[in-house]
Amino acid sequence: MRGMSLIVKTITNSIIGFIFIYGLYIILHGHLTPGGGFAGGVIIAGAFVLKILAFGSGASAEKRSTTVASIFESVGALLFIGVAMSGLLLAGTFFLNFLPKGVPLHLLSAGIIPLCNIAISIKVGAGLFSIFLALAAMKYIVED
Amino acid sequence: MIELYLFLIFMLIAAIIAIEIQDLLAAIISLGAVGFSVAIMFIFVHAPDLAIVQIVVEVLTVVIFVAVVLRTTHVDETIGKKLSGTQILSIVFYAFFVILFLTVMIRSLQELPAFGNATMKVAKEYIKLGLPQTGGANIVADVILDFRALDTLGEATVLFTSVIGVAALMRKVGRK
Repeated sequence: MRGMSLIVKTITNSIIGFIFIYGLYIILHGHLTPGGGFAGGVIIAGAFVLKILAFGSGASAEKRSTTVASIFESVGALLFIGVAMSGLLLAGTFFLNFLPKGVPLHLLSAGIIPLCNIAISIKVGAGLFSIFLALAAMKYIVED
Repeated sequence: MIELYLFLIFMLIAAIIAIEIQDLLAAIISLGAVGFSVAIMFIFVHAPDLAIVQIVVEVLTVVIFVAVVLRTTHVDETIGKKLSGTQILSIVFYAFFVILFLTVMIRSLQELPAFGNATMKVAKEYIKLGLPQTGGANIVADVILDFRALDTLGEATVLFTSVIGVAALMRKVGRK
């Protein structure tokens, strides 16, 4: 995929970090404020999509990114199921909130909910990014 | 309440434009208008969680659609052609089932409580027990990741399946 003009590249360079930080904030504060793993994961996937659209990438880089994104998606799914299964193994119930609850409205509270948010964000972000890559890299498949 | 109806009418017009217009880019923009109207309606009914998710997903889907359309074709060639016999038959069947569904739906909707006065039998328990039992201050996160975590697992499975489907359709290896 070809990149865009110098103006787009410069603006992308300066705002992409803020998009990442905002996505991380939405994920990590998912149990305190509106948002959560799904929204934060989509924001981080959007940052990757912005980078690909602005700077462009070759067919080989897209293939490599697709592999990495699918690995990350599987890791996210396994993390989510792992949190659920650890509730089953440690305390006897699937998806039991076995961690200490902590003080409400603090960042480290709510037991397994932040862990689930992180797992879902990895899964959703990598999944949507790999869908984008598969659809955007389609041209190379058709032309071959 | 009136603004919700205004947005509904706007969404209906945008959806009809998205179906009927011949330029695919304009159709995508109309589809985006529908999605953003849904997000604004979520804000009006005080659902910021859903509004955030709707806005970011809508932005990403519109970007993906535009990226795909820019590298394939701009024109929907199926619009404006004469309908074949099977298409007319399927439209008749479709209209029949829509009318059937609407009559059943209107009768069942009359049984529901009025807008804004939900029964809240289960939701009351969630609101009461959410903070003490899970420790999470955001009640939506408490419900989707603690009380109803199995639903979230199913939703994650749906997304996983869709990614596998896209990857299988767009694969390079093993394709004839």
